Amino acid sequence: MEEKRVLLEYADQINPESAADYIKVGGYKGLEKARAMQKKDLIDEVKKSGLRGRGGAGFNAGMKWSFVPQDAPVKYVVCNLDEGEPGTYKDRIICEKNAQALLEGMAICGAAIGSDQGYIYCRGEYPFVVELLKNAVKSAKDAGALGDFDIEVRMGAGAYVCGEETALIESIEGHRGEPRFKPPFPGVAGLWAAPTVVNNVETFACLPYILVNGAEWFAGIGAAKYPGTKVLTLTGDINNPTYFEVPTDYKLRDVIYKLGGGIKNGKKFKAVQVGGTSGAFIPEENLDTQIDFDSMGAIGAALGSGAVLVLDETRDIVDTVARITKFFEHESCGKCNPCREGTFRMCEMLHKVNEGKASEKDLENILRLAKVMRKASLCGLGQAAPIPVESTIKHFKYEYMRKLV
Amino acid sequence: MINLKINGKEIQVPKGTMLLEACRQAGAELPTLCYDEDLRLAGSCRMCLVEAKGRPTLVAACVMPAENNMDILTESEDVVEARKVILELLTARHKFDCHVCEKDGNCKLQDYCYKYGVKESSFAGEGPHFYKEDPNPFIERDYDKCIMCTRCVRACEEITGADAINLEDRGHHAKISTAFNGILADSTCVFCGQCVMVCPVGALTSKVSAGKGKAAQNEKVLTTCTYCGTGCTLELNVNEGKVVGVTSNRDRKYSPVNKGALCVKGRFGWDFIHSPERLTTPLIRENGELRPASWEEALSYAADKLKGVKEKYGPDALAMFTSARVTNEENYLAQKFMRAAIGTNNVDHCARL
Repeated sequence: MEEKRVLLEYADQINPESAADYIKVGGYKGLEKARAMQKKDLIDEVKKSGLRGRGGAGFNAGMKWSFVPQDAPVKYVVCNLDEGEPGTYKDRIICEKNAQALLEGMAICGAAIGSDQGYIYCRGEYPFVVELLKNAVKSAKDAGALGDFDIEVRMGAGAYVCGEETALIESIEGHRGEPRFKPPFPGVAGLWAAPTVVNNVETFACLPYILVNGAEWFAGIGAAKYPGTKVLTLTGDINNPTYFEVPTDYKLRDVIYKLGGGIKNGKKFKAVQVGGTSGAFIPEENLDTQIDFDSMGAIGAALGSGAVLVLDETRDIVDTVARITKFFEHESCGKCNPCREGTFRMCEMLHKVNEGKASEKDLENILRLAKVMRKASLCGLGQAAPIPVESTIKHFKYEYMRKLV
Repeated sequence: MINLKINGKEIQVPKGTMLLEACRQAGAELPTLCYDEDLRLAGSCRMCLVEAKGRPTLVAACVMPAENNMDILTESEDVVEARKVILELLTARHKFDCHVCEKDGNCKLQDYCYKYGVKESSFAGEGPHFYKEDPNPFIERDYDKCIMCTRCVRACEEITGADAINLEDRGHHAKISTAFNGILADSTCVFCGQCVMVCPVGALTSKVSAGKGKAAQNEKVLTTCTYCGTGCTLELNVNEGKVVGVTSNRDRKYSPVNKGALCVKGRFGWDFIHSPERLTTPLIRENGELRPASWEEALSYAADKLKGVKEKYGPDALAMFTSARVTNEENYLAQKFMRAAIGTNNVDHCARL
């Protein structure tokens, strides 16, 4: 099974900054079509395509847009390019290969909800992408391709939590990057309290192709309930650690063994973590799962951002997870109790296990804390932080047991 | 109206009512640490979590509006377990010196640990290390007891408007701090002590009252502040017949003017009450020396002198200057006295200068 390139069809063949290049390969036709449609018809078209959020939550994009009150005087379109999940770089690739499709997608969203102002929130570690996008916006504005839709590029300061949409909004507003409680959802009260659609880069970049080729075309690609393609980024003990765009019914085993070329140095597979650092670790027996949102959910994992981290047989699961807990301890914003204190204690306890100083009682405490963090934290960071811990205790318990005193 | 079920009881609340209030109406009081009805919502302590059937996570009742057909459990197994774990997490970073703590008996962390039977924490790693030495004479900042509810930050911003404190750093290392983690005197702090008023634990307490009597054991005497004409309500804390502190009464019924908020003088400037230097009788100056006199003698003496001036030079030879630091009622009486008793309009006031 091969890749299916939609967003990356012209990768390295066009200059991503140049609107003229993009127009030559059919760009901005989707926006033209969108602007000729009634707002409601446009939103219905996106709903019909079945496009679901590519940032991790998998919410139906058209549905999200339909929550925006049409009569509000000011509305915003915000693109989430915070891409903080370790091992994830698909949004950077989309920008570097096809930035104009992102801009067009944002303008299509603007046409659907009646907004003339977009913001791209770019992660602080991507200053070169900020430059690229600024040039791309200028090129599109100069070519008249965006019409009266304006896009401003804002840069984050390196906080993982700002990938959470409400923390991202707080950050654009100039506040501490801390999530807000929901409701109200951004669709009703987001940036500067105005109705705001926040979508991921990849979600926006799908839109021009949906408009040009039709909702049915898109809905027919990949898995029926999570249609389209997905850009995956492979890292870890894999022969071919790079990015791929695949239909969403692609199997995880094929990602690793066909596109990824199998495990490095002829070693055996141990586990794969999908969706970034907050994703579950998946054992060998679940590899024949499709990568789409629901199939991954069914095995207790998540597609998330589409990062695929492969571990070979020599990797120490407990050591890996202990490092992951350190990441979350560092990235918790500190707003809510379960996450602020929980990530810290989780990190302490995992290191205790890793150093061979923990007892079975500690393992019980870890699971007890994990459950409360998952159920009681304010935002996705704290809710997802214990997933790598829980999933490895489930699938690789013997690795923990052998380190206990 | 919204119809929902709380602990099996059907209730009806107006649209926009938060679950915290709906639960209260259904007879279920929820524990809260970050919630304060005078401050903007935070939804961060997660103590008021409840189970909404059909939802994958627990919901914080203080920030969740009631919705039709919600089926809420306020003390389910998951809810109680979450509260216990949160309390254990907080106790792991808390300095427990309840026996010498000013807030002993009046502390939400203590109350909830008692209620949920949290005797010790399962998370016994690194202990508290957030204490902040601050040489100001009014506010003790013992962040080893801080539970990060941010009520102090919000009170400083929303009630006083001083914006002296906010959060610094991230995650477990986050702490309440002035700009550049300095001392309060170098910040925009006006030492009003609204932060002390809203602190649910012993992290922020009055240095002036320290060691003189725990608030929970003091007799509270409701009175009006005498420092100025605003008329703020406050509670004198009396212990063994002596005033040992001032606390706020935030009940609108008793504190309609200030809703508990005070200024540095009202909250911390009460130690003159038992000062040995305080004047306790009138004094009359004779031959350049002051001698104690009875009120009757002093008032008669003053009245005779005033009458004498009026008879000799007329009422306009007299004038009254009053002060913004006395109450409105006293200022009223002063001008009334000058106009009706003396017969002059020569009345003025320091606030006019």
